[in-house]
Amino acid sequence: MMRISGFPWNSFFNTLYYMIKYFEKKMNSSDIYDSSRKIPRTLQEIREVHQYRFLLIQLVRRDILTRYKRSFLGVAWTMLNPLGIMIVMTIVFSHLFGSTPGYPVFVLSGLLVWNFFSKSTSAAMNSMVWGGGLLKRIYLPRSSFSLSAIGTEIVNMILSLVPLILVMLVTRFPFHISMLYLPVSILMISLFSLGMALLLSTFSVVFPDVVEMYQIILTAWMYLTPIIYPVTTFPEKYRYLMVYNPLAYFVALFHIPIYEGRTPTWMEFWPALAIGLGMLFVGWFFFSKKIDEFAYRA
Amino acid sequence: MLDGSSSQKRSMSLLTVLNQKNNSLTTYLGDDVIRIENVSVQYRVPTEKVGTFREYAIRLLQRKIKIRTFNALEDVSFQVKKGEVFGLIGDNGAGKSTLLKVVARVLRPYKGRVIVKGKVAPLLELGAGFHPELTGRENIYLNGSLLGYSRKQMDEVYSSIVDFSELSDFIDAPIRTYSSGMYARLGFSVATAHIPEILIVDEILSVGDETFQKKCAQRFNQFQDSGTAILYVSHSLDSVLSMCHRVAWLDHGKIQAIGKPNDVVTEYRRSH
Repeated sequence: MMRISGFPWNSFFNTLYYMIKYFEKKMNSSDIYDSSRKIPRTLQEIREVHQYRFLLIQLVRRDILTRYKRSFLGVAWTMLNPLGIMIVMTIVFSHLFGSTPGYPVFVLSGLLVWNFFSKSTSAAMNSMVWGGGLLKRIYLPRSSFSLSAIGTEIVNMILSLVPLILVMLVTRFPFHISMLYLPVSILMISLFSLGMALLLSTFSVVFPDVVEMYQIILTAWMYLTPIIYPVTTFPEKYRYLMVYNPLAYFVALFHIPIYEGRTPTWMEFWPALAIGLGMLFVGWFFFSKKIDEFAYRA
Repeated sequence: MLDGSSSQKRSMSLLTVLNQKNNSLTTYLGDDVIRIENVSVQYRVPTEKVGTFREYAIRLLQRKIKIRTFNALEDVSFQVKKGEVFGLIGDNGAGKSTLLKVVARVLRPYKGRVIVKGKVAPLLELGAGFHPELTGRENIYLNGSLLGYSRKQMDEVYSSIVDFSELSDFIDAPIRTYSSGMYARLGFSVATAHIPEILIVDEILSVGDETFQKKCAQRFNQFQDSGTAILYVSHSLDSVLSMCHRVAWLDHGKIQAIGKPNDVVTEYRRSH
């Protein structure tokens, strides 16, 4: 009897199996370093990052533990910080945007994304400029600092959900099951931030001025993104401009499940995915071009 | 019978080809753990410092960016065998540190080929990457991870690190409270906790007090017995003479002489 049913799948999985074996073999031979061996940059970096995964955990741990180490409340500041900003924003802006129901929840959910993006990209860039000395002395995967900056902010984001839930309880804002969508939103903003972090670290190593310049751009960017005001307060005539602000898509991925209480539609989701992957591709492209120069310049 | 057997065969042959490639590299290396072949390292130095975007843009328009290249290493070749202590001597700026960085994979050579077999433990800067606010214990794990070890590997050697550094009383205190001697002792203990295939030593034998220095020397001997190759850089010619099996003299990025310690050191001394 012919085993027709097995045919396409068997060969597919066999090929897949041997492809994995092939790369494993290629990766396991890494106890011999040969500078002339041409392994694709991306593949090599993925291998190195996998080998140094404990380093990423340690860097994230270091960043979280040392941030508020000397302060009395310690890690609690991770949660108190956005809460404080939210209270200030609410007092200052509830006057202007007072018609928005549940304004504190709106601000806080937007701030989560904004903090994630601005802090992870700045931290990645700073550690490349100021911590670059380490890259000159010992070998590390070059993307370690960017990756650990994203990791740190993912942990911070999860911790910041605690004050968000508190505010929702206090203001009696309804909880929605759609909040379970948040891991997808976090993944999307991680892709975008990682791409931006890689791009900025590449530039900042060549031009240290970028660090200062970026802070100004961030301030402007924040006010151009619907975080402290809802899109609806934008004059109808200019609202189409939001299309050109890539961050607006990611902010929406947080506003929709938390504030509006529904899961984003495909039309709301795919631009974020495309922009996130695109940014990662562009960032990695420039980063990998300059990867060998970091030790010379940083 | 149509199943995956044909694609399986094809993939298998791919695997064997790759195996042969790896085996051939191993046979090619033979007893050597480091092989440097015609390596050149080039630094690109802008003639004037261009630090800002504005300046860069202006210079780019004026086509005024001149980049001077400078060869830190030029056509350097040598090999180091398993268990050998290989010394590097030369004046400041001769390219010794650059050469160490090439072996440690920090710099990729501009020309030539570097083959390094096994784990490289760099004793370049002890305690690089220590965080002052973290405790000794936390810094041991952080520094170990910077050297590429996994959690499991660090768990295995943790107690031996604490014992060797003699810091068990202070291990849970933030490292900013340590003296510089304690700092270096901890750095040395972490960097040498695992027996590496290659150890890079750059003028650091002056760690701690005399008893600790003796312990360091003991550890080096122990490494040597287990087959670790040591790449040793020092300005102290006497220590090079007493420790090394072979010595290379670098000058302006080129190898001037290579061979028995006595011969090379005499030649080096004569040139001064």
